[in-house]
Amino acid sequence: MTITANAPTGTQRSVLDALEAESIHIIREVLAEFEKPGLLFSGGKDSVVVLHLLAKAVAPLRVPIPVVHIDTGHNFAEVLNFRDSVVEKYGLNLVVGSVQEYIDRGELTELPDGTRNRLQTRVLLDTIENNGFDVVFGGARRDEDKARAKERILSLRDEFGVWDPRNQRPEIWSLYNGRHEPDWHVRAFPISNWTERDIWAYIQRENIELPSIYFAHCRQVFERDGMWRALTPVSQPNEDEPVIIKQVRYRTVGDASCTGAVLSEADTVEKVLDELAIATVTERGATRADDRISAAGMEDRKTEGYF
Amino acid sequence: MTTTLLRIATAGSVDDGKSTLVGRLLHDAKAILADSLDDIARTSAERGFGGADGTLDLALVTDGLRAEREQGITIDVAYRYFSTDKRSFILADCPGHVQYTRNTVTGASTADAAIVLVDARNGVLEQTRRHLGVLALLRVPRLVVAVNKMDLIGWDEQDFNTIESEVLSLANELGIQSTTVIPVSALQGDNVVEPSQSATWYAGPTLLGLLEDLEPKLGGGTARLDVQYVIRPQGALAPGLDPDAYRDYRGYAGTLVDGILNVGDTVQVLSNGHPAGSRIKAISTPAGPAQSAQAGDAIVVELETDLDIARGDTIVAGELPVAQREFQADICVLDPVKLTNGQRLLIKHGTKVSAAKLSSIDYVINVADYAQQPADALELNDLGRITLRSQAALAIEQYATSRTGGSFLLIDPTTGRTLAAGIIEEKHEAA
Repeated sequence: MTITANAPTGTQRSVLDALEAESIHIIREVLAEFEKPGLLFSGGKDSVVVLHLLAKAVAPLRVPIPVVHIDTGHNFAEVLNFRDSVVEKYGLNLVVGSVQEYIDRGELTELPDGTRNRLQTRVLLDTIENNGFDVVFGGARRDEDKARAKERILSLRDEFGVWDPRNQRPEIWSLYNGRHEPDWHVRAFPISNWTERDIWAYIQRENIELPSIYFAHCRQVFERDGMWRALTPVSQPNEDEPVIIKQVRYRTVGDASCTGAVLSEADTVEKVLDELAIATVTERGATRADDRISAAGMEDRKTEGYF
Repeated sequence: MTTTLLRIATAGSVDDGKSTLVGRLLHDAKAILADSLDDIARTSAERGFGGADGTLDLALVTDGLRAEREQGITIDVAYRYFSTDKRSFILADCPGHVQYTRNTVTGASTADAAIVLVDARNGVLEQTRRHLGVLALLRVPRLVVAVNKMDLIGWDEQDFNTIESEVLSLANELGIQSTTVIPVSALQGDNVVEPSQSATWYAGPTLLGLLEDLEPKLGGGTARLDVQYVIRPQGALAPGLDPDAYRDYRGYAGTLVDGILNVGDTVQVLSNGHPAGSRIKAISTPAGPAQSAQAGDAIVVELETDLDIARGDTIVAGELPVAQREFQADICVLDPVKLTNGQRLLIKHGTKVSAAKLSSIDYVINVADYAQQPADALELNDLGRITLRSQAALAIEQYATSRTGGSFLLIDPTTGRTLAAGIIEEKHEAA
């Protein structure tokens, strides 16, 4: 962590300072009031920022909770390597829930289109239950999706892991109430109020390391539904989808089988911020095939227990 | 340049055009990106909007849930984000439907400013009085009343003036200090982001212009830190730290909710209601060690003397809040439940949770005319005055002086549900 002199000017706090303070407040409340927290960690920029905030919230202690990765088996290799280096750097315990193992055991069936995003939900819920987590932190943000805009910072999940958008607990002032019935759990979203640009501005300010696929690089891709898909063992082109080399980057890190890249020349955080300032498409609209299924795609998955 | 963050909340009755206003604000502030706009255009067309002129149903911007889009209603508070060259905004878009009181409380509790909608054709209604009453109770620092649908009354200046003076006298009656009334047409975009061409008589700011220039109110008063988490670096949680350097380290982590705190300040620690004195030895902010911290900062402090301090205790510099076990408060019931005399509850105040008992229900407030009426029970959306008795002494303050020191939740001890939000309105003497 960088240590710099901080002399408040007394009148104005920056947006990032305000968001950071709010997130740390939420993290400390959750750490103090719950028995067994975990952090959902995909290696994506949002969970990396949450981890950074967790470390600040308890400094000089080390991060006192395990990180949980729901591994679909369709990850980008760069992201898995990054995950492991972060785990080592922070000295974390890593809990992995493997979708592939469920498929191999016959407990989950591969979907016809080969994507595994939706299969994660069962593995996520089992991992939470089997490890006895009463709360898991997540890096979801309200600006990502219409359904997310409605979700509370402490989001209650019932015994089935279900989110009921019509029956949410009111959240007032900064008094967070995470009490719940014994077989329920809570998803805590400390960066709910951050936007995609806030995240990048904070990554720049704090000099936070990210997986390389967030930055422009040349890659073998093919075009499908107006998105550039990486050529990987789990995402293969149809006959009419020629593979070409393009300079691309990812705005979100998800499954290689359903996450698209955007054409980009932004190979530094500064250039990514410049690019976002003139972006005309939302983060998920640009790159997530699973959100295009219907206007309520995210809501439907979340009510099933999805992250 | 440093932009500041402004938190705003909306309140308005059904059909006042609130969703359209929020949609217009986001659309004209260019906060809706192309793919979302395509989605709105497609759904608008399916619903018969979007003729040759391509009109959009801007209400679709905010209605995010399946049921909301299907039924054309807004079910729950949604949060929206947008920014201009001047500042960033977090907008809590509160539905006006049915459960207005609870929703207005939820959205307005953290707001620096609230926007209340009035339909120009109807003027001030019972609903308007209700909204203003709740916002006054919550002491939202700034109030903006948008008189919408001005196009439907032909931008009549006289009609607007009548509504404006009625609103201002109501705000005055309620003790709301800072109120601005703006004539708008959300549908046509007049005075929302762009100045109106129709209201030539109106010389005031647009809605967005006003919001851009509002000064957010920073917490003043007594520096107050409710201890969230005690940091003692020992054993496995402190790998790599020099044990000698940290042997006596006790860091008290919390958010400074009001005031300013400096290294060297004399402080009082309220632990189990008993004050003990010390001085600030060190302050750490998320950016590292600092000489001072201001309201809103999430910090860790160390004290010069060793005291028994735990989560739930309060560190203050300046005038001491009075530790109370019994006090009166106004509450808004947020859950479908009946609160009655003698009921056992949990109270969460600051970072302290304590067993509590509802000693008495003193009255219920009729939010239409603010009259106090006797009551045996308080139910969902009711506002009323109660007397509470708490197992632990609580460092309460007046809500007018400290939003944090003067607010609390009432929680069901069995289910954990949040039953009510509470506000301490009156000065209490030590018990």
